Amino acid sequence: MTQLQQFNYTIRLADDALILGQRLSEWCGHGPILEEDIALSNIALDYVGQATNLYKHASQLDTQKRDEDALALTRMEQEYNNILMLELPNGDYAATIMRQYFYSSFYLLFLDKLKTSNDSFLSGFAEKSIKELRYHVQHATDWVKRMGDGTEESHNRIQEAANQLWPYLGEMFGMDALESELASSGYAVDRSSLVEDWKKQCTALFDEATLAMPTEAWHHKGGREGRHTEHMGFLLAEMQFMQRAYPGAKW
Amino acid sequence: MSADHIWSILSEVSDPEIPVLNVVEMGIVREVLISDAGVEVTITPTYSGCPAMKTIETDIAEVLEEYGIPNYTISTVLSPAWTTDWMTDEAREKLRMEGIAPPQKGSADKGLIMGRLRDVKCPRCGSTETRMISQFGSTACKSLYQCASCAEPFDYFKCI
Repeated sequence: MTQLQQFNYTIRLADDALILGQRLSEWCGHGPILEEDIALSNIALDYVGQATNLYKHASQLDTQKRDEDALALTRMEQEYNNILMLELPNGDYAATIMRQYFYSSFYLLFLDKLKTSNDSFLSGFAEKSIKELRYHVQHATDWVKRMGDGTEESHNRIQEAANQLWPYLGEMFGMDALESELASSGYAVDRSSLVEDWKKQCTALFDEATLAMPTEAWHHKGGREGRHTEHMGFLLAEMQFMQRAYPGAKW
Repeated sequence: MSADHIWSILSEVSDPEIPVLNVVEMGIVREVLISDAGVEVTITPTYSGCPAMKTIETDIAEVLEEYGIPNYTISTVLSPAWTTDWMTDEAREKLRMEGIAPPQKGSADKGLIMGRLRDVKCPRCGSTETRMISQFGSTACKSLYQCASCAEPFDYFKCI
């Protein structure tokens, strides 16, 4: 296990958190009701905070010694390694909630495993973030039930969201040479080991919410190699604008 | 210069989002170490995204300067993760007086978080006839509640 491998792994985790946090923050001031506006802004803040902790740690592993702001805000699109689902536009509220459920329920299981990492930073990070994720999962779960078992309109919208997002879920559980090696040395999590538990939970919720589990077997991938959807450039343009226009700006 | 002296200086720093409490009562200051190299203060964030952390760090540096503490470092740790259980009883009472329902003890109990919420007492009239309006409130650490007895909406400091 090399320092570069540790850096690359930490960047993956950080990019996932940052990009989802950035997307969720777009709801600030646009939520369907005030309480949801506040809820999603709070959740966005948790993710951006988690990303900050990860980038700070990555900075110490970085041979180029970039600080957390430089890592978060000045890399090129191909250098971001987040999974594709998290960069997709928010869509309607059903799509946002469905992504929140899919991702946070997975991420809570992931963190629970990361807690046993032999790296003291990663285990501490997981222990801290789990406390926040429990609230995220509960929030998304409540809304999936409410929309699924709600009106015909809400049911159709959340079902459609589930169908649309399904082909993006494979990346959450995807393993490659880097993660396999780090997992076998006790540093990283074997994502593929989480599939069974996750599916069980998801099936139970879908039953309760009167939703049908999509069966699509083909899955998108590319985020981990820096191959992104056409939406990523626009997201970065907005997120990076200040640091590109006024390099090093602080407030 | 003793560690107790530093702790008492630090208790002059209030939490920017809940000014009625100081950072020691909040359990944000984890450790004060004194060595030949100087004073080492360790702090921990309540929530990963708590926007007050930067301010808290600056405020701590300011108060240490004010008291003429020459060499100090302030470092942040994530582990052990902050928990509402670290809040003193005195801090809980101060929250209640301020109109914020204090966190219930035993946050480690997962059932508490995952749906089976115990009664949250209205900080104004003491009634337990309250309901949660939103899991997320005015800051990352609070939920929004309303009392059915006196109709007062209030913040509940949620357990983590």
